[in-house]
Amino acid sequence: MKISRILKTIFLLDFLSGLIIALRTIFKSKKTINYPFEKGKISPRFRGEHALRRYPDGEERCIACKLCEAVCPAQAITIESSERADGSRKTTRYDIDMMKCIYCGLCEESCPVDAIVQGPNFEFSTFTREELYYDKDKLLDNGDRWENVLAANIKSDKPFR
Amino acid sequence: MSQYLYILFSESYKILFLLVPVLVSVAMIVWLDRRIWAFVQKRQGPNVVGPFGLLQSLADALKYLFKEIIIPASSNKIIFILAPIITMTLALIAWAVIPFSETQVLSNINVGILYLFAVSSLGVYGIIMGGWASNSKYPFLGAIRSAAQMVSYEVSIGIIIINVLLCVGSLNLNDIVMAQKNMWFVIPLFPMFVIFFISALAETNRPPFDLPEAEAELVAGYQTEYSGMMYAMFWLGEYANILLMCAMGSILFLGGWLPPIDIFPFNLIPGPIWLIFKILLLFILFALVKAIVPRYRYDQLMKLGWKIFLPLSLTWVVLTASYLFYFNLLPVN
Repeated sequence: MKISRILKTIFLLDFLSGLIIALRTIFKSKKTINYPFEKGKISPRFRGEHALRRYPDGEERCIACKLCEAVCPAQAITIESSERADGSRKTTRYDIDMMKCIYCGLCEESCPVDAIVQGPNFEFSTFTREELYYDKDKLLDNGDRWENVLAANIKSDKPFR
Repeated sequence: MSQYLYILFSESYKILFLLVPVLVSVAMIVWLDRRIWAFVQKRQGPNVVGPFGLLQSLADALKYLFKEIIIPASSNKIIFILAPIITMTLALIAWAVIPFSETQVLSNINVGILYLFAVSSLGVYGIIMGGWASNSKYPFLGAIRSAAQMVSYEVSIGIIIINVLLCVGSLNLNDIVMAQKNMWFVIPLFPMFVIFFISALAETNRPPFDLPEAEAELVAGYQTEYSGMMYAMFWLGEYANILLMCAMGSILFLGGWLPPIDIFPFNLIPGPIWLIFKILLLFILFALVKAIVPRYRYDQLMKLGWKIFLPLSLTWVVLTASYLFYFNLLPVN
């Protein structure tokens, strides 16, 4: 063993330099945030909780083309549709099994009318499984609640799509 | 009869006034430990319960209190239940002889340091009983490791204490403190202080010597099968032990309740506050070491204890004795 190495071991120099680094680090700014009170920034492409959007006049966007149902790799989406009195095709049933969903975002990408989107909300945990079988009402409700953010996100991401 | 009752009550009153602060400070020290650990890693640490998260440990204790205590079917039930009780009791009874000032000591016995040494050696029983009574592999291995480790480092701590005693000439803890009136023992016996500190780390199963509960290998060591309040008692006992080791270190080397220099602004502050301050300082060092040092390998641990610390402290005993003898400084009582 080298003499310098022996001296280092005897006088605990490595340990002391580590201690000094630790003491300096204590006063540096923290890299973590107080999660429930402050939240990190989320990308506009963030794939969180699903939502069904509406047009500004209140008409729902979904045209029941079932592309999302077809593309869904987890087969989490179930759609049933029928013709409405005005001749337009609309969904009668739009269910997403949120426990099957893998949050890949393919439904959002396949949608020709930007009806089904994945919003920025990721805090929708529940106490029972039943609450995670989302139906059309729940999804439309989500869409109404998050519309401002969803529209802004889609707009800001438009140049890259 | 009434006389005995009076003694009983006055003594339990004193014990209560010692134990409650000790237990509260154990809770606070756990918070401090976690907080320092987090800060070194640039995390926030527990900061939600109470101001700065100070009440985190109380919340944890409450949670443990309401948790179910699971006793494994194949365990030796009496010993299994007894083990955490013993650990905690032994960690707490040692505080009886710690002097907080010249008069504020529960029992000012003449063999205080021997009592302290004996009680801290007994601490291994709680762990080994817990590990054995669990009747499971990981706790057993953890307990064996812990026993071997504590016995090894007990030896060097004993010899370090002999060093101090050579300079004092008394086993009374108050005498040890008073002997440091002119100069704290940390100055002439600095290498011994360092070895004492490292041995104390091993003695209390703190990182880098936390092999008994090395989670990568042994899950949680001897605590694996414990749950609820029994786990919390192990945990309390462990931290009370750490606090005790810090108190021992500050009494043996840092002048206990004495101020650093006996001049005007310092000697106004009462002794207990100085002692608490020193204990806190040592504990912060404990916490920092936990944050920065990786775990030792088992053979390295044994090598350090038997091949380095033991010869070194023995040599230092000889050196101290020769020095004191040659310059005729041996304390005579």
